[in-house]
Amino acid sequence: MEEALLRAVLFGTPILLASLGALLAERSGVVHLGVEGVMALSALAAFALALETSPLLGLLAGMGVGVLGGVALGVFAVTLRANQFVAGLSLAALGLGASGLLGKRYEGLPLANPLPEGGLALLALGLALLLHLLLYRTRFGLYLRSVGENPKAADLFGVNVEGVRYGALALGGGLIGLAGAYLSLAYRPSWTDGMTGGLGWVAIALVILAAWEPLRAVFGAYLFGLLFFLQFRLQGSVPIPSEAFATMPYLLVILVLALSGRTRAPKALGVPFERGR
Amino acid sequence: MGLPMLRLENITKRFGPVVANRGVSLEVQRGEVLALLGENGAGKTTLVSLLYGLYAPDEGRILLEGQEVVISSPRVAQRLGIALVPQHPELIEAHSVAENLALGLELPPFFSRRALLQRLQALLQDHPLGVDLKAPVHRLSAGEKQRVELLRALLSRPKVLILDEPTSVLTPKEAEDLFREVRRLKERGLAIFFISHKLDEVLGLADRIVVLRAGEKVGEVRREEADKDLLVRLMVGRGVAPPPKAPPPREEVVLEVEDLLVPRHGFPLQGVSFALRAGEVLGIAGVAGSGQKELLEALAGLRPYRGRVRFLGSPLPQDPARLFALGVAHIPEERSTGVVGGMSVAENLALRTYPRYARGGLLDYGRMEREAEDLMRRHRIQAPSPRTPLRTLSGGNVQKVILARELKEGPRLVLAMHPTYGVDVGAAEEVHGRLLDLVREGGAVLLVSEDLDEILALSHRVAALHRGRLVGPIPREEASRERLGRMMTEGRA
Repeated sequence: MEEALLRAVLFGTPILLASLGALLAERSGVVHLGVEGVMALSALAAFALALETSPLLGLLAGMGVGVLGGVALGVFAVTLRANQFVAGLSLAALGLGASGLLGKRYEGLPLANPLPEGGLALLALGLALLLHLLLYRTRFGLYLRSVGENPKAADLFGVNVEGVRYGALALGGGLIGLAGAYLSLAYRPSWTDGMTGGLGWVAIALVILAAWEPLRAVFGAYLFGLLFFLQFRLQGSVPIPSEAFATMPYLLVILVLALSGRTRAPKALGVPFERGR
Repeated sequence: MGLPMLRLENITKRFGPVVANRGVSLEVQRGEVLALLGENGAGKTTLVSLLYGLYAPDEGRILLEGQEVVISSPRVAQRLGIALVPQHPELIEAHSVAENLALGLELPPFFSRRALLQRLQALLQDHPLGVDLKAPVHRLSAGEKQRVELLRALLSRPKVLILDEPTSVLTPKEAEDLFREVRRLKERGLAIFFISHKLDEVLGLADRIVVLRAGEKVGEVRREEADKDLLVRLMVGRGVAPPPKAPPPREEVVLEVEDLLVPRHGFPLQGVSFALRAGEVLGIAGVAGSGQKELLEALAGLRPYRGRVRFLGSPLPQDPARLFALGVAHIPEERSTGVVGGMSVAENLALRTYPRYARGGLLDYGRMEREAEDLMRRHRIQAPSPRTPLRTLSGGNVQKVILARELKEGPRLVLAMHPTYGVDVGAAEEVHGRLLDLVREGGAVLLVSEDLDEILALSHRVAALHRGRLVGPIPREEASRERLGRMMTEGRA
């Protein structure tokens, strides 16, 4: 039982971090569908740098890649006002492809001194709380939520809509990068192609499930963590094909999304802003 | 008079080939209310947008207290001391009143909710808000929202205040309160731009009146020299006759509504009863959100209801297509829900009757466009061709497209909501003319409008909706603006 809870938290941590990152972007009105790709690239960058220098620098590199991913999405989705879904999906595909290609020579190498999972899990929990305070107790948070709800009104109030959206994407990107780095530096201190295993998509679903609230994302992430753990555990002990078990968490994501169809999204989510339109 | 607070010199603004403002010069002093009067499309809102940094002028300059300024964004406008109350409340509906007001303040990077509330309460001491600071904005009435907008604008301690058509969402009583506040602000030395197309308001509030027509300044008069006739002639370029009176209604009852009930959150439409005769216009006034929309949508088959509704003696079906075939036309509240912007004028005109254009399983576009050309001519719809995408048309022309489509089969009943909202005087005249033509031929019109003058000018009987209940109807002869205002706000005839 205790083991189950511990594994749930440790496995839920990357989902939580990535989900917080996507949540921040979405509260500002930008859909971030690139999570999976950015996570993969961050995981690779973190691992590569940790191997050459130190795990801490690796961690920073992973976050840096996440920030860059967020800014890249911003160029297309905010400045150029491209379709956010297409821009995000392209970013996901690009990140996955590029990490597979660039990561070939790191495949299977061990990391001598991994980072402690527990410490990072605690950090993630603390970040969720900080994000809650950021959203509801700071000027930036008020601007961010305003921009996500009604960018036209925020603009009239004198808020720099594009600036706030870039800020949210960069900050959120850092969290997504941290999620990737956690995977390759702590959870499974190594690099394998496809090691994100769809967690980025789960994180996006979790944002909706958590109704765009950081604190709710904590519970959702650990719930998914528990499900993944049970899936491993029950395989073999019950006469059901393991493939069916492997699909369980994803089926649950779909089920949960279908059932939570009535949660309220930020009003301007997915809508590019242009002054005077 | 010293240096003017704000001065515009030779402002020109083009959008592609369209000139929105041409060589406009004007100025406003401290402690003065300058009214900017003009029809919709005259360039008032563009001028406001230039002052508030939403667009940059192509030519001309703006001087604030004698200094040339470049207003490149709303933020810059605010720093310069220019505040705007926009035409439609632009608030963040999901946030509390306090959070919305906070956006008008210089905030510290970190703040607690309690500190914010205390600070706002202190700032608002001499401007009673009348609503709970913690309430979410979407629960507020239109009038309350506007009050929040105004206070938000005042929090930045502006020198220039721009009010863009501020009364379009207000009841007469709320408008009076607003005017009192504006006069107070004027006493304190604010320079105030008051944008409106309502003559009574302008004459009641302004010190000076600048009239815009087709983007150009066509006149500037001091309040003492102005009267309605003069202003209308300046605005429209000619005199406007009041709409001709419709003949008295006939005996035949077209629509009979008994105990109509619409279930909904907040206050539902609860037990509305009335009858409407052939050749009759029944005008229904009401504060926005009192059930007008629900009433019309229920009758138009768009919303489930309970109660007995009979149309020409038989139960009214709840299916928009069948209703139209029976002779019930609908002019919806929002123009945009009445048309498909991406489709052509001809396609929009054919939306109600498109099966008729079928030829061998395909639509006969040639015939559709020929018929559209005929309707465009008859209804004076200004569009380059029947193939023009509808979204490129002005509001007045879109409204004429809706009217042409809904009236072309000679309906027995027209459900009209805000039929002239946001269209210019000329187009409104034509819309009224068409409706009255129909009434003369025996059609009945249920007219819901926020424009009390419109209701009083067209209706045989008038009623008001107050919290989902119908007050009245009373005969037109016994009604006045004041009495209607009381019916709307107090729920008594």
